[in-house]
Amino acid sequence: MTEPAIRQAIEHSLRGIAPEADLQHVPPDANLREALDIDSFDFLNFLIGLHTRLGVEIPESDYGKLSTLSELIRYLLPKSG
Amino acid sequence: MGEFRMPSLGDAVKRGDIVAIVGTDKADIEVEVYETGTVRTLIAQPGEKLPVGAPLALLEVPGEAAPSAGVPPPRPTPTPQPAGRIHASPLARKLADELGVDLANVQGTGPHGIIESHDVERAAAKPAARAAPAVQPAASAAAEPPSGMRRAIAAAMARSNREIPHYYLSTQIDMSTTIGWLEQTNRQRSIEKRLLPAALLLKGVARALVEVPELNGYWVEDQLKPSAEIHLGVAVSLRTGGLMVPTIHSANQRSLDELMTDLRDIITRTRAGRLRSSDITDSTITITNLGDLGVETVYGVIYPPQVALVGFGKIVERPWTAHGMLGVRPVLTATLAADHRATDGRRGAQFLDILSSALQKPQTL
Repeated sequence: MTEPAIRQAIEHSLRGIAPEADLQHVPPDANLREALDIDSFDFLNFLIGLHTRLGVEIPESDYGKLSTLSELIRYLLPKSG
Repeated sequence: MGEFRMPSLGDAVKRGDIVAIVGTDKADIEVEVYETGTVRTLIAQPGEKLPVGAPLALLEVPGEAAPSAGVPPPRPTPTPQPAGRIHASPLARKLADELGVDLANVQGTGPHGIIESHDVERAAAKPAARAAPAVQPAASAAAEPPSGMRRAIAAAMARSNREIPHYYLSTQIDMSTTIGWLEQTNRQRSIEKRLLPAALLLKGVARALVEVPELNGYWVEDQLKPSAEIHLGVAVSLRTGGLMVPTIHSANQRSLDELMTDLRDIITRTRAGRLRSSDITDSTITITNLGDLGVETVYGVIYPPQVALVGFGKIVERPWTAHGMLGVRPVLTATLAADHRATDGRRGAQFLDILSSALQKPQTL
């Protein structure tokens, strides 16, 4: 899967949680939860959305590696086939 | 009342059907039917303003002689959506503050007209959208009236502080066993089935309330009326500001998995504006968790006529001694705000102790 496709999956997964989220205005290294005001419930829903869209397994122990947009893309790109 | 969904006279409705959406001070609420039957008389019309408790329709219920008013509106006062209410993302609000843009003058282009950050940026380019310089602070502060939700919260909290003699207790809970159990349990589960600590905290509270029922109920007519059921009101913040407190019913009878499902359901529906009337009635105690925002200790204000509120902060790593050994443990501060008319500190302390003990045995929750 390509980086634009991963980015699109991230945007779609965020849409139901933070409909106003505008990733173009979020710096790639900014903490997503802080920038978009996402709590632990919505973050879990966000990851479930990514899992459903990309078929990627995301163990709980990896949650800490998924704080920023660039970390998410780096993590998901090799796993999404 | 808006968007009256009951189709017409003679239609069959069953208990739980959504038949109307009512605009209240706090939010739009879906109204359910509480009886199964046939619509015989329509009393209310879409767009009509109604007093609290007014029936919307009369139903003919099987086995009853006369039609019954089976569609009561929810308890909050129905009002039109306040004109001053502004829907904007947190990022947009922050940007508006930084750029000095008055959100009241910004046209939102997001879903449901929500104001997004780029709307603020666009508005910032227009001089008219900027807030007037605060030359006269008093006039400027009064320019934007509080929203209906803010007024409702203000009224309830003012009443609470006026009428309820609060006392506060807090305790620090070693969460290492709880978190360890949770991590082990979640390792064996798909992501959709994983639990969050909040589910265990709710179950712990419900378990403790069984042992200390004086904290679960209402203060009415100058006396405590404990509730036989444990209905947990869960404070949920909204992205557009303010909060709602939907209810998880009979929480002590729900499994951890059911509580997690309930939580996800009510939080999602609260933030999507899809709460039902039964979701916001009957809570017997309120739980608030501000740990996500980094807060360590919560001193809550009781929601009258309830007699207690439990607050949870962030789980943080702290030095901790156990069995003469010093180590670092994940620690949670749990706080109880309770009505001194209904209970004394001793019972409150027992509640927190039972809660702490319950969380040390997560496998039994």
